[in-house]
Amino acid sequence: MVTTQNETTRPATPSDEDGPDKPFGANRQREPEPGEALETTFEEREATVLPTGAGFGTATTLNQRRWRLFKAHRRGFWSLWIFLVLFVLTLFAEFIANDRPLIVSYQGEILFPVLVDYPEEKFGGFLARTDYRDPFIQEEIEANGWMVWPPIRYDYRAVNNTPPTPLPSAPSWMFTKAERCANMAGGVDDPSCTIWNWNWLGTDDQGRDVLARVIYGFRISILFGLVLTAASSVIGVAAGAVQGYFGGWTDLLFQRVIEIWTSVPALYIILILSAVFTPSFFLLLGILLVFSWVALVGVVRAEFLRARNFEYVAAARALGVRSLTIMWRHLLPNAMVATLTFLPFIMNGSITTLTSLDFLGFGLPPGSPSLGELLAQGKNNIQAPWLGISGFIVISLMLSLLIFIGEAVRDAFDPRKTFT
Amino acid sequence: MSSSAPLLAIEDLSVAFHQEGRTNIAVDHVSLSVNKGETLAVVGESGSGKSVTALSCVRLLNYPAASHPSGRILFKGRDMLTLPPKELQTVRGNDITMIFQEPMTSLNPLHKVEKQVGEILRRHRGLSDRAARERTLELLHAVGIREPEKRLGSYPHQLSGGQRQRVMIAMALANEPDLLIADEPTTALDVTVQAQILALLKEIQAREGMAMLFITHDLGIVRKIADRVAVMTDGKVVETGPTEQVFTNPTHAYTRHLLAAEPKGRAPEPNPNAPIVVETKDLKVWFPVKRGLMRRTVDHIKAVDGIDLTVRKGETLGVVGESGSGKTTLGFAILRLIASEGRIVFMGDAIDSRSWGTMRPLRSKMQIVFQDPYGSLSPRMSIGEIIAEGLKVHTDMNAKERDDAVVKALVEVGLDPATRSRYPHEFSGGQRQRIAIARALVLEPDFIMLDEPTSALDRSVQAQVVDLLRDVQKRHDLTFLFISHDLQVVRALANEVIVMRGGKVVERGATRDIFDAPKTDYTRALMAAALNHEQAPTGVVAD
Repeated sequence: MVTTQNETTRPATPSDEDGPDKPFGANRQREPEPGEALETTFEEREATVLPTGAGFGTATTLNQRRWRLFKAHRRGFWSLWIFLVLFVLTLFAEFIANDRPLIVSYQGEILFPVLVDYPEEKFGGFLARTDYRDPFIQEEIEANGWMVWPPIRYDYRAVNNTPPTPLPSAPSWMFTKAERCANMAGGVDDPSCTIWNWNWLGTDDQGRDVLARVIYGFRISILFGLVLTAASSVIGVAAGAVQGYFGGWTDLLFQRVIEIWTSVPALYIILILSAVFTPSFFLLLGILLVFSWVALVGVVRAEFLRARNFEYVAAARALGVRSLTIMWRHLLPNAMVATLTFLPFIMNGSITTLTSLDFLGFGLPPGSPSLGELLAQGKNNIQAPWLGISGFIVISLMLSLLIFIGEAVRDAFDPRKTFT
Repeated sequence: MSSSAPLLAIEDLSVAFHQEGRTNIAVDHVSLSVNKGETLAVVGESGSGKSVTALSCVRLLNYPAASHPSGRILFKGRDMLTLPPKELQTVRGNDITMIFQEPMTSLNPLHKVEKQVGEILRRHRGLSDRAARERTLELLHAVGIREPEKRLGSYPHQLSGGQRQRVMIAMALANEPDLLIADEPTTALDVTVQAQILALLKEIQAREGMAMLFITHDLGIVRKIADRVAVMTDGKVVETGPTEQVFTNPTHAYTRHLLAAEPKGRAPEPNPNAPIVVETKDLKVWFPVKRGLMRRTVDHIKAVDGIDLTVRKGETLGVVGESGSGKTTLGFAILRLIASEGRIVFMGDAIDSRSWGTMRPLRSKMQIVFQDPYGSLSPRMSIGEIIAEGLKVHTDMNAKERDDAVVKALVEVGLDPATRSRYPHEFSGGQRQRIAIARALVLEPDFIMLDEPTSALDRSVQAQVVDLLRDVQKRHDLTFLFISHDLQVVRALANEVIVMRGGKVVERGATRDIFDAPKTDYTRALMAAALNHEQAPTGVVAD
């Protein structure tokens, strides 16, 4: 006996065919007497009663159901929260890891060095930009007021001028207090010899704090990934929509162009371009965008090809609705499901590409807090495992979180789950 | 009936589905029995639990989401609900077989007919390839497939719907089952083919002496085929009895309601003096068939091949025919939704040469209602937005005025206007079809093309939609082009009818003339099949 999955599961998915029509269990309480009392309910059931939304529980909208499914995917749900917390924290990285104090009270004046560049003259120095880590400035301010530092007193550029060992220097907690402060002017009694000046994850080969660089690196990776994903989705969805909706020659030509385009070895082109031009955040974004927009075209095109023959699209055409409106209002919501499902994975791809370019040295401008560059340093300094390990943990954590979120999103948008 | 114990006894069966912490009772303490060689029909509307009951007999439900809180199913004295899976396997496809509604999806599209049928024989009976082939031929012959030798090598897509269902029946019969469960086996087929399949099932049953559990929503079929009937609603059996007795003397209110749910009323005779709303002359829609390297057009599929028709104001022209006869294509061509040749005149304007852009202003005057109430409403728009969409295109009403118009349209089709912020999935099939009608009405059109608007609905709901259509037609003096294969609905609504076959008009005339005195063999066959489920003489209709 050949039976299809459809047939066997049909009764279990009432909402697909006969669900809201007659929700199982509706009007179930009363045991009808053979008589006229029932007659009215048959009419009611059809014509004018308010739909109860039964068969869909209490959640009425599709999105509420999706959110429920998303929450039901525990790992993805927790990943989303962890990711959001990390992302929001790193968005305010300047308030967590900075080589300037958050607030300074100097001679009765309240200053915000984290937000404003004060020339050093203000504190009796001569530099254009105050170096608050300078013991002279610190003493001057402490003498005339107070200052509040962020928990980590380095930003991604700030250099530890008194590392305990030759660079790269190991995490501070691996040393005794005496070792740690050996190179400071005052030794163990130096005012800088505090826990606030620790390099929790050590320093890199230029004396910069790894923890601070990791925090800033996480932020720039995520931002880069988000912007690239958003931009390539917009272009990809638009291109896919046009191809799918119009079909025919438009589709044929576009598809051939895309086939040729995707066969271009993107990484080499990027390497060549970044070697010719001075790399910057936006140049890199532009170059990667040129090749990454094709990722979504196929999916969106398929969705549009499928959905353009739906009856409600035909109905809209019969109403005289314009093509652009139909694409926007009727077809795009369909395609967005497939698109959203792909987004976390595309974002992962973007971040990975950026990291690998940085690793090869063709990525963000030198000095940028980049995870790829951290990995490269780890490779070049095998004797300093804190570099490689920190980079590895942060990158794998970030990518894993995104994958887990992606899985949950995929589950939430799975029509077979949403509609059962 | 010969033995004292029934072949299949369903005793106090309940089926529950658990979903996200909720439990739905789909079948509620149902007891049924089928005797040897007898046909029991289970009738009910969608969602009444009839299919679930049948699928429980061979435990084909989606377990563990489904469960049986109570009851047992005794087949030849063994409880199917507790039978070990191994033994169940030998019962399925051997003692009890099933045929389903949709023959296309029930056959594996990648296997040839020989393999589909032969596999069962090899698995259950251990026949050799050669013996299986012979038996397959015999079976195909028995189910009335012409030239079975040629068909052995066909794939499902090369067969017509009726032939596919015949193959399904051949597969079901392969092991000479004691019980055949037929779950809406003819619903997806054309009426003429439906009649053939019913005749075939009846004949085979008489020959093989098997029992049949026949699930359907169509009372006409029940009357034709069943010895006894069980009427189900809301998961309960409300009435059982011999077919004649249930039909002539129904005791339960629901049965009476079902029996009374025929589309009622007749449209008046056509009025030849009414102004013409739509007129076509020699309308053709030919799809080119392209072959070869240069994609030269070698032939055409003539979907619509030279149709002349006129529809007069306030009247309904019914277009009937089997699937593939071109009736929907004709409707789309008249609305200029697909390219066509030939003259189309709408309200005195020739519209056949208008471009898409210049058609737009006219679109508010010509509307369309589709067959599938689930597919024709965008699932992501509230019904208020759906109905107001045309207003945005064709009028410069502000939001308040649009909302008022939507409320008016909803009241008109008998829906509560307070529901306009709800989404389509919350509505039943009939309600959705009302929404689709409201969407057409809100623009105050002159002409509405109704493409099988009642075909996807339950019988009792059909009757209500027909009443609604008649009502709005009278109120607004609307002109309908009513496309349907359902002759009873057409008879209730149409003033005039054209019968289409292969893109051409076979017969045309006033509805009463066509129904009472059909002139051509084809129309007669169609009528007999649709109204009485009688098989046409060979050769008149396709199989």
